[in-house]
Formats: sequence, C-alpha cells, structure tokens
Amino acid sequence: MYVVIAGAGKVGWNLARELMAKGHEVTVIESERARYLTVEQELEHAIQYGDATELWVLERAGINRADLTIAVTGDDEDNLLICQIAKEKYLCSRIIARVNNPRNRQYFELLGIQPAVSATDLILRLIEHEVPSYGLVHLLDLRDEQLEIIEVEVGQGAPAAGQTVADVALPDGSLIISVLRNGRGFVPNNETVIDAGDEVLLVLDPGLEDRITAQFTSG
Amino acid sequence: MALILIVGAGRVGSQVARSMLSSGHEVSILDEDPLSHERLDSGMDTTWEDAGGRFTVGHGLEIDALREAGIGEADVFIASTDGDNTNLTIAQIASKQFGVPKVIVRVMDPARAEWYAEQGLHTICPTKYAIEMFERALEV
Repeated sequence: MYVVIAGAGKVGWNLARELMAKGHEVTVIESERARYLTVEQELEHAIQYGDATELWVLERAGINRADLTIAVTGDDEDNLLICQIAKEKYLCSRIIARVNNPRNRQYFELLGIQPAVSATDLILRLIEHEVPSYGLVHLLDLRDEQLEIIEVEVGQGAPAAGQTVADVALPDGSLIISVLRNGRGFVPNNETVIDAGDEVLLVLDPGLEDRITAQFTSG
Repeated sequence: MALILIVGAGRVGSQVARSMLSSGHEVSILDEDPLSHERLDSGMDTTWEDAGGRFTVGHGLEIDALREAGIGEADVFIASTDGDNTNLTIAQIASKQFGVPKVIVRVMDPARAEWYAEQGLHTICPTKYAIEMFERALEV
C-alpha cells in the first residue's frame, strides 16, 4: 500500500515508522524546515519538505497513486482541506483526518471527510468507560457501516431488570450480544434473566441509543 | 439592503466593509483581532458602530461567533482572513451549513483558487491579478 502522510509531528512520524515496518511505502510531507531536517535524518527519502495544502506538493509526493492519505498536522483546516483535495481531486480511495479541536469534528462530517479521528474524543471515551455513571458507553462506532456497539449498566428498577432477554422491549435493529456480571462476560440466550447491576453490550443501528437506555436506566 | 458578513477585516476586508456600508448595506464583521476594529475606525469621522456597522470578536470556525455575527440572516458571506485554509473551510461551512446565498472567498494560492472555483465556490485570487499586472507592466 502507498500512503501519503501530511505532517511529521509525533503522530505523523510514528505512523510512518509503523507503516514502513509493516512493509508499506510511505511519503511524509512536512512544512516546517527544522522539523523536516530532524525527521529526514531517520526517514531519509520518505519525507519531503513542503506545504501539503499546495497541489504541486501533493503531486510531487505521488498523491495520484496513493491508496491512503492521512492528514495529521496540528491545524484542523489544513487536515480538512488536504483530505478533501486528496479525495475529490485526486480520487484517493481512503482518507483519514486528525481533528485537533473536537468542536471542529462537525465540519469534517459536514464536508464528508471521514473518518476524522480526535485524540481528545478517544480519551473522553476512555474516561466514560472508567466512569460508568455516564450510563452509556460507545465501544464501537462505524458510521459508514451504520453499526454501533454500546455498553449500558442496568439500573435498579429499570424496565429491563428482572426480565429475560426475550422479554426486554428492545427496538428493531438492536440486539443484546453480551452480559458482564461479577467481572465475567457471557453471551446470553433468550431465557437469560437480566439483573440490576449487569453491564449489557448491545449492537444497534445508529439513532436507537435513547430508546435503549430508557430500558436499562432506573425510572 | 443586504446583510454582508465579512470574516477577516485586514486591509482588503476592512476596505470592502467600508465601501459596502457607505453604499447602504448592512455590514457585520467577524475578526479574532480587536485591532481590526481600529483599522475600521481610522481616518473616519465616527466609530464603525456609529456609522452603522457591526463588529464581533471571534474566529471564523467558532459556530457561536458566526451566529452572533449574523450568519443565519446573511445574504452575502465574504471570507477574507489572511489564511487560505481558514477561508476555504469557513466558506464551505457558510454555504453548506448555513445556506448563505452568495459566498465569496479569497484564496492566495492560484492553483487551489482555480480548483475550488471549478467545484462551485466563488474564489478571488489576488495573486493571479498581481501576476497579470506584472506581465502587463513588462510588455513594452
């Protein structure tokens, strides 16, 4: 696979290393001269000096034959536009954009730049996982595939508490795939009774979260 | 009378703002640097606000600042900050998210000005004009 990476910061440099170690061909583009010279000592010909928002710089890096373009500069507008141009002008089949400020994520979605990865969001998600009082944890979100996996804790007196899996009033497009009880997970069958305090994993179509949490939270 | 929202009141944005205001339009400016407000006032008899203009301090990517500056009602959106990438991003937001009818964006890089124009954005490229003027000046 041929990968073009815009930005040789910590993320871009380490990505390049890992991808090269896996046998992929990589070109990194870095616009800051001093940083370029530092990284060039290790990556040698796999890094080029230039502003990846300029078309000729992308073309020099071989964007026309790239299988994947990754934009991981520290600037959200740059990342957005680099991916937009890679996708729409050079018809690069896969793009990945970094979102520095999670508030800008909406703009990546608006302009169809997906996936857009935000380290802040990922850490927030981990915090939610550690602090289950938030109620609902997103374990997996595949937007393009319209698939989500969430985890909910069953509250005392919740509609689902004490019900068998078959009797829990779940909306169409959702399914209980696992129950975590006393630190152990198991795949339930229709007769399994859901208890308060259980953590339940569900696979669902996007947009059903509210109707599902209503079944698992108290009053 | 149209509401014109200008993001970035540098030398170009502020001059366009003044002339649009004096031709009777409503003009709202969004700029992250309060110094731009002084530029608008300089050489004028009244302050920008007294002349009827609006000024909001904020960045063009902040949705709250855009709303405060009136993007919801704007008839025209002009992206004239000193950054091509900011201009191209906010111009697309103005058009796609807020449905502003007329969006004009300054792009210094001729190559991208041309490509985004092909995609339907109204781009203005000062660099291109400068090149043409140099070329004309060199024709003897």
